Amino acid sequence: MDFLINSIIKALKLIISIDPEVIGIVTLSLKVSGLAIIVATAIGLAITLLLDLRDFIGKSFTVTLINTFMGLPPVVAGLVIYLILSRSGPFGFLHLLYTPAAMVIVQVILAVPIITGLSYAAVVSADPSLRFAALTLGATPLQASLKIIRNSRYAILASVLAGLGRVMAEVGAVLIVGGNIAGYTRVMTTAIALEADKGDFELAVALGIILLAISFTLNGALFWLQKKDEKK
Amino acid sequence: MIERLQALKIKKQYNSRFALSCSIDIKNGPLYTIVGPNGSGKSTLLRILSLIEPVDSGKVIYHHNGVSMSNPHDNTEIRRKVVLVPSRAALFNETVFNNAAYGLRLRGIGRDIYKDRVMEALNEVGLAEKENINTRELSSGEAQRLALARSLVIDPDILMLDEPTASLDPDNTAIIEKIIKDKKEVSQKIMIMVTHKLYQAKSLSDIIIFMYKGEIIEVTASGAFFEKPSTDLAKKFFNEQGEMHCSGSCRTSTRYW
Repeated sequence: MDFLINSIIKALKLIISIDPEVIGIVTLSLKVSGLAIIVATAIGLAITLLLDLRDFIGKSFTVTLINTFMGLPPVVAGLVIYLILSRSGPFGFLHLLYTPAAMVIVQVILAVPIITGLSYAAVVSADPSLRFAALTLGATPLQASLKIIRNSRYAILASVLAGLGRVMAEVGAVLIVGGNIAGYTRVMTTAIALEADKGDFELAVALGIILLAISFTLNGALFWLQKKDEKK
Repeated sequence: MIERLQALKIKKQYNSRFALSCSIDIKNGPLYTIVGPNGSGKSTLLRILSLIEPVDSGKVIYHHNGVSMSNPHDNTEIRRKVVLVPSRAALFNETVFNNAAYGLRLRGIGRDIYKDRVMEALNEVGLAEKENINTRELSSGEAQRLALARSLVIDPDILMLDEPTASLDPDNTAIIEKIIKDKKEVSQKIMIMVTHKLYQAKSLSDIIIFMYKGEIIEVTASGAFFEKPSTDLAKKFFNEQGEMHCSGSCRTSTRYW
């Protein structure tokens, strides 16, 4: 018990002292995951809109595939991207392996199915009379779909947060394609895994606390936004 | 302005039990009310006329211009001259003001212009003071009034109302009926309403369209129709409606012939 308390106290000291290593790791984590989630949200919403707007052969199969990929094991995603970006792979000439860019790519691949699957589920379960109302008021089918997406904004925002939670908490994929290089591709989760393995729990616990604090802040912000809008 | 709306030999098969098959010629000025038993195709006809729903065959002509009915949603320009108020007010999860302004925004009208129009429409339905609240806080009567305001503010060439007072209390019903009446008197637009309430059809309408099992059976001046319907089907419908209302509010217990 003392060991745990001591680790937490030392970790808090590390956070308060604004340790440059901690700051560097947290900043890179936020940059990689932030960029990945922006790209994944754009792709996810575009696919959601397309699925909502068009009926095509294989639509059910596509939706099933997206839902299946929501549970894609990160190490598998990491391995596939590793093979694609490795020197002998089809995109080896880009020299992206072991760079933050490769980490963004693998995080986008992990987040897109989650954002798409949950957003599409929210849009499909929206009251059909809303789409009908939009059409009766002169909306084009595209405008009606956009209205439904806007109407489902909190469910969609929650899907984005779920995607962000997934990529920020992920270790295997970024470890494979990023390599956990100190000061270059080391992010919070890979640093925690490494430090715990070394028995250096101060940094691991400090990063764990920050990771939890970020998650709590984001979810708190969503809840606040929702409550604020409900009062309007 | 669209002064005439025609549906020529339109057919719509839903399943083996129900098919709509009819023609109709509607002109601006009088209020047309479609009556008939449940499942007679009243709401379906409105959805087809408002270019929301495709048909299997036949065509709809707006002011001498036939429109494509295979994919009616594509007729955006004409659709924006027509507004259908659905029987159930489906409001967006936004403020009352934003809901009322939606149709004008779709038409590219700037906020500086539509703000006054929206407030005028909200004032007309008694919701001006609630412009900034979320629609989830509205009662069902207020929601239906907002749905009406949202349509009236557009000032469409053709206004269609699908059971505008269904499941509303007498106060809200009276408010909406007055708005419809006023609208009919001041505008020379095409107005079509569907209702189950015969007293409403009688008090508001100029022309009655009686439908039965997907077909239009009678198109008659309101007075003549309620004085004496010319078909046995309409008489039977009146009898059943009279009995139904007697077991309910008894507001329309009178037989009309």
